[in-house]
Amino acid sequence: MSSREQILARIRAATETAPEPASVERDYAETHTPAGRAVDLLAEHLTDYRAHVHRCGSDAQLAPLIADLLTGTRLVAPPGLTAHWIPAGLDVLCDDPPLTPATLDSADAVLTTCAVAIAETGTLVLDGGAGQGRRVLTLIPDHHICVVRTAGDVVLSLPQALGRLDPARPLTWISGPSATSDIELDRVEGVHGPRRLDVVLLG
Amino acid sequence: MSTPGALKTLSGGVYLGMPAFPEAARTSTHDARLRANLRRATHTIRARRADAVAELEDWPRLREAGKRIKDQTLRHLDRYLLQLEEKVTAAGGTVHWAADAAEANRIVTSLVRATGSTEVVKVKSMATQEIGLNEALEAAGIAAYETDLAELIVQLGQDRPSHILVPAIHRNRREIREIFRTQMARYGRPAPSDLTDSPADLAEAARVHLREKFLRAKVAVSGANFMVAETGTMVVVESEGNGRMCLTLPETLISVVGIEKVVPSWRDLEVFLQLLPRSSTAERMNPYTTMWTGTHRGDGPKEFHLVLLDNGRTATLADEVGRQALRCIRCSACLNVCPVYERAGGHAYGGVYPGPIGAILAPQLAGVGGTVEASLPFASSLCGACYEVCPVAIDIPEVLVHLREQVAEHNSGHRLERAGMRGATWLLDHPGALAAVERAAAKTRALHPRTLPLGPAKGWSESRDLPDFPARPFRDWWKANHTSEMSGE
Repeated sequence: MSSREQILARIRAATETAPEPASVERDYAETHTPAGRAVDLLAEHLTDYRAHVHRCGSDAQLAPLIADLLTGTRLVAPPGLTAHWIPAGLDVLCDDPPLTPATLDSADAVLTTCAVAIAETGTLVLDGGAGQGRRVLTLIPDHHICVVRTAGDVVLSLPQALGRLDPARPLTWISGPSATSDIELDRVEGVHGPRRLDVVLLG
Repeated sequence: MSTPGALKTLSGGVYLGMPAFPEAARTSTHDARLRANLRRATHTIRARRADAVAELEDWPRLREAGKRIKDQTLRHLDRYLLQLEEKVTAAGGTVHWAADAAEANRIVTSLVRATGSTEVVKVKSMATQEIGLNEALEAAGIAAYETDLAELIVQLGQDRPSHILVPAIHRNRREIREIFRTQMARYGRPAPSDLTDSPADLAEAARVHLREKFLRAKVAVSGANFMVAETGTMVVVESEGNGRMCLTLPETLISVVGIEKVVPSWRDLEVFLQLLPRSSTAERMNPYTTMWTGTHRGDGPKEFHLVLLDNGRTATLADEVGRQALRCIRCSACLNVCPVYERAGGHAYGGVYPGPIGAILAPQLAGVGGTVEASLPFASSLCGACYEVCPVAIDIPEVLVHLREQVAEHNSGHRLERAGMRGATWLLDHPGALAAVERAAAKTRALHPRTLPLGPAKGWSESRDLPDFPARPFRDWWKANHTSEMSGE
């Protein structure tokens, strides 16, 4: 008998006489916050975990704001990113053909959008869609700038976010810059992922 | 002093050749530095967890849902594993089944060999700890580099993990600085000569040391926190970004995952992704979560292998009281609140699963035959704090008591205890004799010792007072006060 058959047979032997457990009640809250608070709460919770949050009223003001946030000139731009968001005069690295890890390591920052942002947990979710690119683009550069379109990207809660995401896509959930609690269980920001996370709330 | 290297052989997650819990704890509880490190760390996280949980007024309902989802999954585990296999395969992954640790190690070793690589980068994983994968790979000439900060500290220090979430919890920042300064150069880029003991500097040193390994890695090995049966999606939650590096950069990804980690539906993640971060690191959400389904064209590994691991889990599943331990999502909240863990430390548990959950998991995965495994169900005061904080409501005290029964049956009990039980059985069967003994005991009260002077009884009464006998046996008192009333009716 193969290990597969053996394991399945053991499971069946172990459970066949077990009673059917109670069915799952989804009586927990779908959200914990009133709907109008989503954007403010997102900003608060992102800030709690040391992301830097900026507000931007219009599309046209984005490029100068991003120019102010950058500390160098080598910016990674994923396919599908709105071209006029990118400030002039930069060395823009396009991921076509795919950038090597070494090139990404030499970049100063990466600019992306997100698929959805979760207010209650202060989370950005990227799904590789337009303006987000491959997972590695937001991993190797030390500075990630993410534009969140407040009109369509923000949901209140985790259950709402899961409902909007497609599990067939590669998903990266980001809640603040990389961090660790491994030294004396005390939280420190900045290990392997981008150590600076700027979030621009657009609109 | 024995080196940790000599203790690496594992059976069901327990190191061979370790002393039983009481003996190990006798040493560790006298280690003042360990006690201080653990006290500081567990008290920090305890308060923060309580705050994070208090933010959600529906926590009890989330906890109940988490418990029920896991119970449903375990009841129909065969069905969900087959569904998972089908979905992972359809999405471009390959599924392997490993009945025990040796088979899992063989599978991973041959998969790594097939790539031609002689090194792998690893995401922190309890399952690969449990099967001793690093040692198996090393024996096959393959270097396995741990990339989680705490695992790196443990690996560089040739140490053993002592906590599920923070394996180096027994080390303070000064000790970590020394390990980095003296050991990093042996495995790659050395630590900077002016390294301080500030956590930020230590994290920076780890970043620089590991980056070259990430950028050249061809193969990664991970575990997974959840596997979704209906979609074939794997989920890894982490904080540092080392997980993202391992799950994204290499060409080949091998995930070794216990069969109990499957959940039926995508929607089930809404429960566990709320329960897990708040319980483990006391965060609303951990910094990074990666979800992938098979392989993704043009993004991440080109090859994905999932190794489904039994290694004692189906035996645990067969125990109707003990199977609830398989609900565990490895958050480690039970360790952080446990008075025994706080004082004895993780190494005293003799295996990779310490604390209250380890005390019920290790004896079930490995059986209660071994000295360490048989001692673990007794490594508890049954205070119940672990059950209170468990996000999937595992009644750890209930399982501990159940396993104590198994140990007693397996070992046929202690000689003196058996003699005592036989005496008590006879006495309770003979009311006349019982009354005589009770009266004699009542009359000689002044002469009773406070402790028992000899043999094993001396040890038992070292930390316990003997009970006081009443001045008059209860049955005599009852007769004097109630007999007339009762006969009057």
